[in-house]
Amino acid sequence: MVWTYRTAVSIALIAVLFVINWALDAYVIDYIVRIIMQCGINAILAVGLNLINGTTGQFSLGHAGFMAVGAYATAFAVIHFESWLGFSANNIPAPWMQGLLLSAGLLVGALFAGLAGLLVGAPSLRLRGDYLAIVTLGFAEIIRLLFTNTEALGGATGYSGGRPLGLPNYTNFFWVFLWAILLITLIGNFTFSSYGRALRAIREDEIATEALGMNTTRLKVLASVISAAAVGVAGGLYAHLNNVIRPDDFKMDRSVAMIVMILVGGLGSVSGAIIGAIFVGVTLEAMRDIQQYRLLAYSLLLIGLMIARPQGLLGTRELRLPAFLRRKRGGAA
Amino acid sequence: MTTPALKLDNIAKIFGGLRAIDGVSFEVAPRQIFGLIGPNGAGKTTAFNCISGVYKPEQGTISFFGQSIAGRPPSEIAALGIARTFQNIRLFGDMTVLENVMVAGHATIGFGPIAAMFRLRKQAEEQERLAARAHELLRIFELDALAGEFSKSLPYGSQRKLEIARALMLNPKLLLLDEPAAGMNSREADSLKNQIRWLRDTFDLTIVLVEHNMQVVMNVCEQVHCVDHGQTIASGEPLHVQNHPAVRTAYLGADVDESTLRQS
Repeated sequence: MVWTYRTAVSIALIAVLFVINWALDAYVIDYIVRIIMQCGINAILAVGLNLINGTTGQFSLGHAGFMAVGAYATAFAVIHFESWLGFSANNIPAPWMQGLLLSAGLLVGALFAGLAGLLVGAPSLRLRGDYLAIVTLGFAEIIRLLFTNTEALGGATGYSGGRPLGLPNYTNFFWVFLWAILLITLIGNFTFSSYGRALRAIREDEIATEALGMNTTRLKVLASVISAAAVGVAGGLYAHLNNVIRPDDFKMDRSVAMIVMILVGGLGSVSGAIIGAIFVGVTLEAMRDIQQYRLLAYSLLLIGLMIARPQGLLGTRELRLPAFLRRKRGGAA
Repeated sequence: MTTPALKLDNIAKIFGGLRAIDGVSFEVAPRQIFGLIGPNGAGKTTAFNCISGVYKPEQGTISFFGQSIAGRPPSEIAALGIARTFQNIRLFGDMTVLENVMVAGHATIGFGPIAAMFRLRKQAEEQERLAARAHELLRIFELDALAGEFSKSLPYGSQRKLEIARALMLNPKLLLLDEPAAGMNSREADSLKNQIRWLRDTFDLTIVLVEHNMQVVMNVCEQVHCVDHGQTIASGEPLHVQNHPAVRTAYLGADVDESTLRQS
């Protein structure tokens, strides 16, 4: 029963996305479509980061590093899948094939980013507070420098898959939002399950959580892996929205932008993270002409937020669907 | 001779130069209510922290129904069936009363993170099981009406009860209570005595409590162990410990001849 319902919803969703995608293509200028896609990618970033920073309360300042791993791994995989399948500049894959290639690449990106989340999380999540923030920041810089010095991935000039036209732009509205909805649903389910409850307990009081039989280190590393994998997918989508990815695309200001998203929306709230993601996506674009003041503007915004509404727009609450749209989904809510 | 529920043998815990507990040994029989007393800083809570795994003792062995537990991580010890409360209540303030209790059952759930992400049937069943058990415990402690409230908004007495309810979600065999009467008035402390006995009988528990309220200790405990400066100074029946000269000295200071007082 549950699965019939889910299949129906999925098919309806795909149809709706497909129609919107077609309409955007036909009637809306590319510039606006690009901002919309950027907001979708931001939503994945924010919901992913929120799992570890908001729900679990472990403050990471280094998620741009996982985004970089996801971006490079996805781009590298897509380029190689294409050459194995015999596609080239003269033999461009059909649109549906492009999406499948991209999705396969995103799975690789998620895998590598998740692995990076494990490698970084396992040693560093034993630390708390400021120490964790500094260590994650350091790890992100290490990852960036590794890419800068890897010639096979283009080094400091960036990775374009060794193609004159650069990375293929396979990211479109349909695939961004299909992945965004998938990942937000998965992470949302996780957050509202027994696991999410245990993660919130860690945020509230780690000693008490441990005394209640939960292995807090393992739970934190699990959250870190899921969070990094999601952010890696966002990185992959970002890569194929652009023609080249450079190590400098994943500097600290990107981590800060992600943190602004979840602080604006409310730390610990999934729907808040989405709102914050859209907010940052739009303001970033609005500030394009005064780019050099971006970090300054964020700082002012954060100071204002801390004074006026320290818990963010939603706090830890969630926006919920009106009752008539809600459905009992496989058991107690 | 049955296996003791809990046995500490020559335990020592050292912080820098301070021997917080130094060679403490005691045994607690199954279903016994055992009191651990001593003046401030005597090492009672340190002993609790060694038993529950927060600290790793430098020396000695701790066994739980014959199984050695010293130095194991707290989560493993809790899973074996030792639950505890804290001196300064440690509830999850921004979570509801119901969630506070439910989360204590997380270690027993039979599904993985993938099942949680895809909301498989197994996770819904487990969720219902945890919620049913948590509601049952809340009803027993008369907190069910408050299930949806944030635990930080509860009055002090209810927070203490909630912490015990949460500990019982682990289905423990041994319950460690760290100063359950702290902050209670004499009437509340009075009813606590009956509640502790009732807890033992209802949940078939062995209970060890650290307590400063002598009235509670002497009334409810079947065995009392008194420590001072990390060392055992008396052990046995409540009355015996109460009248032990070393205990009186530790609590009240050395006996002073009244005539010397008058002179000064």
